[in-house]
Amino acid sequence: MGQTPLRKKRDLLPYALVTPALAITIAIIFLPMFQTITYSFSQYILYKPQEKGFIGFENYKAALSDPLFASSLLHTFVWIVSIIVFQFLLGFTTALLLNRRFAGRGIARSLILVPWVTPSVITALMWRWMYDGNHGLINQLLAKFGLIKEFIPFLAQTSTAMGSIIVALIWQGFPFFAIMLLAGLQAIPDELYEAAEIDGATKSQRFFNVTIPMLKPVILTTILLRTIWVANSLDIILIMTGGGPGYSTYTLPVYSYIKAYKGMDFGYSSTIAVLLTILLMIIVTGYVRNILKSQED
Amino acid sequence: MKRTHHPLRMALGPYLPILLIVLFAIGPYLWTFISSITPETDLYRAEFRFFPEHPTGENYTRLFTKLDFTSNILDSLLVALFTALLGLGITVPASYSFSRFKFKGRNPLLMQFLIINMFPIMLLIVPLFVMMRVVGIMDTHFALIIAYSTFTIPFSTWMLTSFFNAIPIDLDKAAQIDGCSRIGALVRIIIPVAMPGIVSTGIYIFITAWNEYLYAAILTSSKIRTIPIALQNMIGEFRIEWGLLTAGGIISALPVIILFFFIQKQLITGMTAGAVKG
Repeated sequence: MGQTPLRKKRDLLPYALVTPALAITIAIIFLPMFQTITYSFSQYILYKPQEKGFIGFENYKAALSDPLFASSLLHTFVWIVSIIVFQFLLGFTTALLLNRRFAGRGIARSLILVPWVTPSVITALMWRWMYDGNHGLINQLLAKFGLIKEFIPFLAQTSTAMGSIIVALIWQGFPFFAIMLLAGLQAIPDELYEAAEIDGATKSQRFFNVTIPMLKPVILTTILLRTIWVANSLDIILIMTGGGPGYSTYTLPVYSYIKAYKGMDFGYSSTIAVLLTILLMIIVTGYVRNILKSQED
Repeated sequence: MKRTHHPLRMALGPYLPILLIVLFAIGPYLWTFISSITPETDLYRAEFRFFPEHPTGENYTRLFTKLDFTSNILDSLLVALFTALLGLGITVPASYSFSRFKFKGRNPLLMQFLIINMFPIMLLIVPLFVMMRVVGIMDTHFALIIAYSTFTIPFSTWMLTSFFNAIPIDLDKAAQIDGCSRIGALVRIIIPVAMPGIVSTGIYIFITAWNEYLYAAILTSSKIRTIPIALQNMIGEFRIEWGLLTAGGIISALPVIILFFFIQKQLITGMTAGAVKG
């Protein structure tokens, strides 16, 4: 913001204005966070208060040799990668289409945003109803077109449960990619395309040499924001399958939640949460560092 | 750039794919709505039909007569409204400060609000549960308002700072020349100018609080029951009343979608400002 004339020497006003926000943040975010780190080094099962106490790295050791932790970790990766890839592809396609002029564009854009504001509980319930193994719309349609003979219990068998939830999440999140990328597309000056056209660039050359490079910062930022969000999202899984059937839709947040909520094992649940956060931090810093590096080149 | 607008090309161009994407986006809603006006018994018939022979409003009536859906709506409304008011009350001054003043620690403080945005909910939920049990505010509106502030305050600070940054600083200067104090300039000049952005942020907070499920599942039980919890509770152990659930889903999603249509332009401007420039 450069030289700001609103500042006096030893001015307390700017601090006074941020204090309430800061105080609340410390009380309800930072203190709990440190509490969770403390719990992660403790034996803390709610209904066994007499056994509560510091146990060092025991929970962490337990996590590393816990097969359920390993499979939840694997599911988390599958979850993040497949959702981000498909949300990006669908969102980008949508943005490119919406960037063209056509009658009804405003309405189309508004309608496409609808999934994004849909409450997670409603998203989960709507899809659960459509996936229903006895009366669900998807089964009915597949049967009507003769694609299946017997109804598929999408959410009740291990081979299809994860994929089915992933589709629901792609539905909920692709509009975010679409609007962010659309804003990016609209910020690209027309002159660039005109110059490329004069130089004899074909349509696909214009796309790969103008659109993609100009859009890169937006693409990278949006992927980062979505990755964090998708990695942490668990309510849709909880409502659609509760982690099941078996443990086939357990991701790390789901595992942590079920440990705390059903098992009342606050210590181990906190350990999983801390490990998830560390993992996310590693991904984010690695990613940001790569972005900065590629911008220097 | 000149493009030929041949009708057939337009159909293959934007129209057909856009139509498919729009159908994908709102299809689940259409089906949910159709289910909600279908008599419960027809939903489970072997013979499949798209549209009910005798559309009915009985699911909606049952929602309000047999179940206590009105009080669920009130709980959600109270929590969402006060979360928005608290969030704005705290973040308007903070964002103004971040936007207008250069002070020691400004950048790390602002950065901090971005970083805590990415903390998993599981990092906070257990200690908040323990804390609220100790303080004795479990199962109250207040508990949810506090819990929701963990994600609304960082987000709102970020949004509002971007809205304030878009207002020329000359406006503050002019107000001060006219004899306003700095707080006076904020209250009388800047807040009115930023009002569309502030209202949009407030509505967005309202929407996220209205939609929230996880904290409500852990921090409330019997006295307070927001809509997402009420809907989740309708899923019985053995049998799910889809007629009721779809009706409840439509009623709770509708206000959010309508509100969102009013703010989408502002919201998108605020959210994309950083990313597009960066």
